Amino acid sequence: MLPEHIRSELRAIVGEKHCLDRQEALVAYSYDATPMQQSLPDVVVMPQSTEEVQQIMRVAAKHQIPIVTRGAGSNLCAGTIPVGGGIVLVLNRMNQIVEIDEQNLTITVQPGVRTADIHQAVEAHGLFYPPDPGSMVISTIGGNIALNSGGLRGLKYGTTKDYVLGLEAVLPNGEIIRTGGKLMKDVAGYDLTKLLVGSEGTLAIITQAILKLIPKPQTQRVMLAMYADMSQAARSVSDIIANRIIPGTLEFLDQGTIRVVEDFKQIGLPTDVAAILLIGQDGEAETVDRDIDKISAICKKNDAVQIKVATTPEEADEVMTARRSALAALSRMRPTTILEDATVPRAQIAPMVAAIQEITERYGLHICTFGHAGDGNLHPTCMTDARNHEEIERVEDAFAEIFQAAIDLGGTITGEHGVGIVKAPYLEWKVGAAGIEVMKGIKQAFDPHNLLNPGKMFAKETRNRVVVNRA
Amino acid sequence: MLKEALIDKLDYEELSNCMRCGFCQPACPTFRETGYEAASPRGRIALMKAVADGVMQPDQDFVDQMNLCLGCRACEPVCPAGVPYGQLIEQTREAIEEVQEHPTWVKAVRKLAFTHLFPRQDRLYRLGSMLRFYQRSGMQKAVRKLGVLRILPKQLGEMEAIMPDASGKGITQYLGATVIPAVGERKLRVGMFHGCIMDVLFNETNLNTVRLLTEAGCEVVIAQGQVCCGALHAHSGEREEARNLARKNVEAFSKAEVEVIVSNAGGCGALLKEYDHLLENDPQWHEKAKWFSSRVKDISELLVEMVEPDTWAALPESKRITYQSSCHLRNGMKVTKEPVNLLQSIPNATYVPLREGDRCCGSAGIYNLVQPEMAGNLLDEKMGHVAATQADILVTSNPGCLLQMKAGIKRAGLEGQMEAVHIVDLLAGVRRKNGTSSDLRA
Repeated sequence: MLPEHIRSELRAIVGEKHCLDRQEALVAYSYDATPMQQSLPDVVVMPQSTEEVQQIMRVAAKHQIPIVTRGAGSNLCAGTIPVGGGIVLVLNRMNQIVEIDEQNLTITVQPGVRTADIHQAVEAHGLFYPPDPGSMVISTIGGNIALNSGGLRGLKYGTTKDYVLGLEAVLPNGEIIRTGGKLMKDVAGYDLTKLLVGSEGTLAIITQAILKLIPKPQTQRVMLAMYADMSQAARSVSDIIANRIIPGTLEFLDQGTIRVVEDFKQIGLPTDVAAILLIGQDGEAETVDRDIDKISAICKKNDAVQIKVATTPEEADEVMTARRSALAALSRMRPTTILEDATVPRAQIAPMVAAIQEITERYGLHICTFGHAGDGNLHPTCMTDARNHEEIERVEDAFAEIFQAAIDLGGTITGEHGVGIVKAPYLEWKVGAAGIEVMKGIKQAFDPHNLLNPGKMFAKETRNRVVVNRA
Repeated sequence: MLKEALIDKLDYEELSNCMRCGFCQPACPTFRETGYEAASPRGRIALMKAVADGVMQPDQDFVDQMNLCLGCRACEPVCPAGVPYGQLIEQTREAIEEVQEHPTWVKAVRKLAFTHLFPRQDRLYRLGSMLRFYQRSGMQKAVRKLGVLRILPKQLGEMEAIMPDASGKGITQYLGATVIPAVGERKLRVGMFHGCIMDVLFNETNLNTVRLLTEAGCEVVIAQGQVCCGALHAHSGEREEARNLARKNVEAFSKAEVEVIVSNAGGCGALLKEYDHLLENDPQWHEKAKWFSSRVKDISELLVEMVEPDTWAALPESKRITYQSSCHLRNGMKVTKEPVNLLQSIPNATYVPLREGDRCCGSAGIYNLVQPEMAGNLLDEKMGHVAATQADILVTSNPGCLLQMKAGIKRAGLEGQMEAVHIVDLLAGVRRKNGTSSDLRA
């Protein structure tokens, strides 16, 4: 519990109504979308301007209080859990779209704007903001930037990092910095914009962002291809790209996921196939038609047992149902759903899926895999029950092996979810001891007193356990 | 005390099924209005679970947060994990009610309403007669002239102003029959659920329901012994009384040997359809309740099934029509397209979609009386969207929503430009091109 005088300093900044320290509020801001993680803050503060954020940061610096910045709390790496208590800084009142600049093709936003609202706002101008994380109907752009979020269009369009042109942020000492701007070229010094993207709230508090926009693609088409063998699906992915076609969407479901989806939705998916690819293309109508034809031919050549190309919006919707329902179908099976995101170079998808299957069987668990085949970002998803401690320990061990397998195949421990708490023990596996030291040096330069999101990214002691603390 | 009651009532399995993904939040009116995590379904479930897990004590803030929920259940269709939030909030309110000490006058009012009024149809009719006398005798005029309404809380005054003409007689007394034959060939034997308040304040709508059904080829049975559905009880934490009412209704309709049970109020229909859940811990009644629930349909579902869309007659003059969906019809009964299909099949009517027509209007049972501030904010937002449609007719499918829309039209100064109508009344006014009409009142 913070002393009353500190709470009253905070109340003076944001007003009584936006400084919450009653039990019910503390519980409500003690979690995010990560399973089995919870920790109570001391106070929740909801500022409405950069100046208020600055003043709050100064109070925190003066009294050495940790600050965890939070948008919608939809992340899956426990990135917004206030492990050390302190202040939870909720930015969802800073939700204004400041400007859409059609001359420079940029949008300037406050961090609390929902990603889906950005899409809607720019599409009304015939423009397009491609990053589309799975949680975009709730996630805020500040969170997307802090975690460098991905999504279904990563292969063709890149991820959040490719669209952030400039940032305004409050440093832990209370100073405001502005990086980048409405420009495509800028090599003046270290690229602090890129450094803040994906920094998970550990370096500075992002209070405004300038994002790049592109023209909205004219049309969009989708298709499904089903395979009796995983390697045929993987070969199709490689062949499509080797043929110089970059699809807008290239998604993958494994057999386990297909069975669960079909069981849940009854959309007529064959449950004996080993893999389904959902492939979409967008752009000029003629190019899209040509690409879809070529892709169909490639899938056929790779022995797809069935190919479904949508010709009407209704059919497209039907085709998308399989991918859209995956998480819902899986999450209804058991009380606890652990959605992970190991990533490999896309040529290694087949061996990665095989490794996940082997590990799953060896540990006697229920893990299904779906994800973004185009960019090699897979979501092995474990259906379990947090109350079964013995099983949860097996889950931890299995995931440790899955992450190791991803690294062995030239991949990484997280492609779009972030490190947060749950991947911190593995970060060194990926970046090495020297990499960790450089990262810690950067943290030290920005935040010498470790006030911003402490306990994240860097594991305190070497612990190769993730999913839950073995207390 | 409350903690024990909550642990006893709450379905821990379902609490654990919440993934905390937050997909419910954009759908939640109270979250959108306040921006507070605790005022969202994910937050409320987290609070319930925190109590069950011993992380927090259920204090007044907890109770307030649970009471702020409208119970609109807009969070349910968007939940990937399929968590039945509506049941969790009802279980919570049941626990709160069990231990809560109300002031004496509140106790008296609750007892009067929940035990002595809603479950007793005869008393409601008598009240209806009194109201009718008040409305017809000139007393209402006098009261309005004297400005007595100004001393009532604002919301009550607003409600008085839009109160429909009451009736002292229910549908059965009106028709003098309990079985009304189909017009033409009999295709289906349908049990009509007449509701409690519905049968007093919206008698005309009930009458029109019978008209539409018989003209569609249904033999309509007004099952005797039916009572209030219990929705208001269940939503206010009086689940035990709701169960008592459910048993009576299940009994009445199974005796009537009907193929389908039809409701014309989304709020009632949703609970009727969930009697099997309500009575699942009652071995003696559970099977019968399943029989009952599996037969419940909304009037719009039945009309879409039984009436060819091109047989509706044209409106006398062309009108713009928009539709405010009833939360419990949509999220409880899962009826979304049918009312719109019906409106779209009326010649001379231009259907205009209502922006956020799937969002709660703030009526929510007696919510607008107990949470006037939140309800008023939601209504104002709603009327902004309604005004933008420039519709002549605003259609709803639940009495509470209809009254709220009437109040909203007044509040937004749209009187004379727009009227709010129950879908049944609109369709009965339109009737059918070649169907033989049935004049039930004769």
